[in-house]
Parts: sequence; C-alpha cells; structure tokens
Amino acid sequence: MSMQGPLATSRSATGIPTGRLGVWWLLASEIFIFGGLIACYILYRLNNPWWGGEAVFTKVPAGAFNTFVLLTSSLFIVLAHDAAEKKDFDRAFKFIWYTIGGGGVFLLVKYYEYSSKLFADDPELLKTPLTNTYWSFYYTATGLHALHVIGGMVIMALISFDLRKGFNPHRVELIGLYWHFVDIVWIFLFPLLYIAK
Amino acid sequence: MAGAHAHPNYVKIWVLLLVLLVVSIIGPELGIPWLTLVTAFGIALVKTYYVAAYFMHLNFEKKYIWSLLIMATVLVGVFFFGVASDIMKTDGQNWQDCIANKTCAEQQRYFVIDGDGQLR
Repeated sequence: MSMQGPLATSRSATGIPTGRLGVWWLLASEIFIFGGLIACYILYRLNNPWWGGEAVFTKVPAGAFNTFVLLTSSLFIVLAHDAAEKKDFDRAFKFIWYTIGGGGVFLLVKYYEYSSKLFADDPELLKTPLTNTYWSFYYTATGLHALHVIGGMVIMALISFDLRKGFNPHRVELIGLYWHFVDIVWIFLFPLLYIAK
Repeated sequence: MAGAHAHPNYVKIWVLLLVLLVVSIIGPELGIPWLTLVTAFGIALVKTYYVAAYFMHLNFEKKYIWSLLIMATVLVGVFFFGVASDIMKTDGQNWQDCIANKTCAEQQRYFVIDGDGQLR
C-alpha cells in the first residue's frame, strides 16, 4: 500500500476532501432510505391507533440499553478519530475495537429481542414479520438498521489494521461519520418502535 | 476532521446525551400525551443535533453540507405529505381507496380467475 494514500485523502475541489464529501453524499442517500421508511411508519401509525397495543410487546429496557450502547460507541469512534489526528495510532486502534465491541453488544441484544419474539412458545408473544403491518415495519426497520451496524463493524475491522501501521488515518473520520449516522437512525427508531405506545 | 478547530469535550457531550436518554424514557412513563411527544420525539431531535453538530463535526463543516442534508430531509417531507393522502384518507373528490374502506371484497366478486390463471 502506498504511504502517500489515495487522492481522496488530500484532493479537494469542493473545499473538503473528496472522500469525506463522498461519505456525506452517501449519508444524504441514507436519509432517503431510512427517512422514507420512518415517514411511512409514522403515517400508518397515525392511521392505526391499535399499533400502540403492539408496541407494548417491545422491550423498552432492551431498546434503552441499546441506545446507551450506540451512544457510547459513538463516543469511542470520535475518540478514535481524535487519536488518529494526533497520530496516536495504537490508541485509535483500541477505540475502534471498543466501537466494534459496542456494535457486537448491540447485535447480541437484538438477537435476544428477535429470538424472544420469533420463537416464543406463547402464541400471544409470538411476533413474526407476517403477524401484522406493525411487526413488518418493526423487523424491516430494525433489520435494515442492524445490517448497517454489521456493515460498519466490518469496515472498521478492515481499516483498523492499516491504521495501526499509520496508513490512511483519514478513514477513521469517514467510518466515524457513517457510524454516527447509524446512531442517529436508532435515536429515532427507539421512541417510534419502543416508547410510543 | 472538518478543518482546523478546537475539539469539543466529547465526554461532556456523551454525558449530556445520556441525560437526555434518561429523560426520554421517564417522560413517556407519566402517560401525558403532549409530554410523551416532547420527551420522546423532541428529545430525539435534540440528541440528533448534538451527535451531528459535535460528534460528526457539522458545526465545523462547510455550510453546503448542512444544505445537502437539510435538502434530503425536506425531500423526505415532500414524500411524507405526497403519500399522506393515500394512507390517511379513504376517499377524495376523484378517487376511492377500496382497500381502506373495505369495498374491494365487493368489487372482487366481479373478477374470477379461471383454470388458465387468467383474470376474467
């Protein structure tokens, strides 16, 4: 790998490095993906007050804990970015893996939530994507979000080893922007799916 | 990072976000509808601002990035109001949503799928 790094690191026709601009464009497109989904959910929710009765079956403590985990992982990735800027690559590497750990904990909690609904023995607690439209939204929104979490964890793992050698430290900022966005999506999914009864 | 700027105290912002999280959980427990809206969804907006402004460094970013993100959000709003009538209303001056007002079943009586799988 070149020590000089890719052009996206330094070239800037728009006032900011091209790589970062690319991530902002990606996030703008993600606003349409999650925004469209959330907009539809809100409309259906307003039109179907009985969905509040379905939301009772979500586990607020689990959702709240996952919000705490993602907020904390956001702190870790911004601290990794800070360390990378100061060329403290070992510290940046450490914080990136703390962030990945946060993503892992988040997914474990989701697994617990999913399995308690998908494989419940009690028919009343059995909730699948086909149970009704509320649960279709629930699994689509949280599943799509979980896929984003997995994607972010994989990318962070991939860049972490280069970073430790001092290669491409700017990538910490780029994956950080993405991770914060994933955090923001959850900030909205939590009240929509768990709190609003 | 978005240009040279002083780093905010990230831990302080994280603590603030956690305090907001606690309020957003406790508020709706009181069962007051307007308070639920403010504490659950209003605070979600505040949390989003703090994450975007300080963790994503939008406060130190070029202004056109704000415009890009706001434009995307506004277009989602256009989509929201564009499809709202289809979801929220069951009829209008020139149309009727037969699924929502449950008249489709009656209409479907006139259609039969024959043995060849053709709709007649």
